Amino acid sequence: MNHKIDLICPAGSLPALRAAVDNGADAVYMGFRDATNARNFPGLNFDEKGARQGIEYARSRGAQVLLALNTYPQPASWPQWTRAVDMAAALGVDALILADAGLMRYAARRHPELRLHLSVQGSATSYEAINFYREQFGIRRAVLPRVLSLPQVQRVVENSAVEIEVFGFGSLCVMVEGRCYLSSFVTGDSPNTRGACSPAHAVAWSETPKGREVRLNGVLVDLYKPGESAGYPVICKGRYRVNGALDYAIEEPTSLSVLDLLPQLVKIGVRALKIEGRQRSPAYVGQVTRVMRAALDAACADPAHFSPRGDWVAQLDKMAEGSTHTLGALERAWQ
Amino acid sequence: MKLALGPLLYFWPREQVFDFYRAAAHWPVATVYLGEVVCGKRRTMTPEAWLEIADLLAAAGKEVVLSTMALVEAESELLTQRRLAEVGRYPLEANDWGAVKLAAGRPFVAGPHLNLYNGETLALLAELGARRFVLPVELSAETLAQLQAERPAGMEAELFAWGRLPLAFSARCFTARAHHLPKDDCQFRCADYPDGLLLESQEGHPFLAMNGIQTQSAQSANLIHALPQMAQLGVDRVRLSPQSRGMEQVVNGFAEVLAGADPAAVDARLQRLAPAGTCNGYWWGQAGMDWQPPADLHGPR
Repeated sequence: MNHKIDLICPAGSLPALRAAVDNGADAVYMGFRDATNARNFPGLNFDEKGARQGIEYARSRGAQVLLALNTYPQPASWPQWTRAVDMAAALGVDALILADAGLMRYAARRHPELRLHLSVQGSATSYEAINFYREQFGIRRAVLPRVLSLPQVQRVVENSAVEIEVFGFGSLCVMVEGRCYLSSFVTGDSPNTRGACSPAHAVAWSETPKGREVRLNGVLVDLYKPGESAGYPVICKGRYRVNGALDYAIEEPTSLSVLDLLPQLVKIGVRALKIEGRQRSPAYVGQVTRVMRAALDAACADPAHFSPRGDWVAQLDKMAEGSTHTLGALERAWQ
Repeated sequence: MKLALGPLLYFWPREQVFDFYRAAAHWPVATVYLGEVVCGKRRTMTPEAWLEIADLLAAAGKEVVLSTMALVEAESELLTQRRLAEVGRYPLEANDWGAVKLAAGRPFVAGPHLNLYNGETLALLAELGARRFVLPVELSAETLAQLQAERPAGMEAELFAWGRLPLAFSARCFTARAHHLPKDDCQFRCADYPDGLLLESQEGHPFLAMNGIQTQSAQSANLIHALPQMAQLGVDRVRLSPQSRGMEQVVNGFAEVLAGADPAAVDARLQRLAPAGTCNGYWWGQAGMDWQPPADLHGPR
């Protein structure tokens, strides 16, 4: 079958990579085991040897490997990031996913043959911004931040000189990616600076007479009553008081799922669909990949008659944050 | 080192905006940034109205810069940017890379919402025409010192030194959400909160401030104690972010310290002007919300 949209799946480990490839990913994306990527969590990601094994496995089964170097090097750490670019080039990855303009310039000059993608962390939300990267560095694809409505995505696709990739399923960033400092405001570490949002070292759970508290560097992010399911304490999904009312003032725990919009995404010419979740288990990755593969194939084969199957929705919801999903900004009512 | 008035981040009535800048024409600020940075739906101040204020301030001897939106989503927002660029009388502060593309070739300011974390990015911006950069608010004095060491010739540095910190932008309007309204029918509720809508933790601690689609810190950044160190690091502009009350006193306070007054004495007055306390953690390479008492300040670690 001719896939009009590539399915791009997360590989936080070799088993997750295999699960993605075995269940129908067209490409996997991975990062090195340090702060050069935005999922810098203990136990995740690849050293050079693991990356080689992963690339070999993916290639032998017809899948591509993309490498994410999507955090922002500062002057003191700059050489670590350029070494990572050089290592990725030497490994022969199919594309580098970069966020920092300076690093982009380095990669384009040093490795002109290497295909470059603009990471969602690059925070480009308009075709003007995307075309800037195209003109300057010859990027071939841009991953869109989760802030645009469907018509806005369409306008970007129509006016960009590069392929457009959008998020299809997974944890939902509520803020425009690459320019959210909520985590560093509270903990000192942000996705941009340390590759981590709400780093584990700042998280503290405790049982109190009022319920189960979760704090981030001392800030009370949420308080759960007995029986309430508790999520990972990202600031944007906590409960706070605004004008006296206690609520999820920013967003409730939920996952993005574009299942309902797949035919439209096919129609407007989106080139790739990304599954979030390099921090997730191989089982999660395998299952989400399997469902999205089936759904994408159905949407590409017959977009006019596509409707999400009940079992797909149920399977994805089971794996979603808060067991529920949203179209996020793609749907204006969410905004 | 001179003072700069950052762009107005809130949605004030048109007359209040004009009054604010008519007053600012007499304040000791060298530079004034103008324009809507946060939300494209706020249209009571048209580009023409901003230009009227720009001309007024330029006539008063101020350097005027036109700031572009941080988060660009709609075609209408691109049109506004192009219009500001076509005016040509005033340089742009580019707050995303689309605006850099538009501004390139003429002198411009690389705004605080551009991701500028290293010397290579700084060099790129300099080649494109940037003559000043505003450090991203999450970066520290130590990183600034390193950037300054690599700073291209002809490039100035500016630092966000007073006001609620711009921390994030979203497609969603949180002020409208607090009023159970969708953004498309927001009824401009952000106009009710001239310094943002306070968000408190469940324990009642001021935490964040919602300003439409923008999330700010509840605490105001306050780097008055760091001014001597900023001078040593070669900072050229000190950005003070507008607030609805006491802005003239804030500006005068910073001006007094630049002229040699004791920061501690001035700070005692400034503390009362912050809507919910002050913070300076980012400057010291810590959590942004932290407040380091002046006694502990001995330069970057």
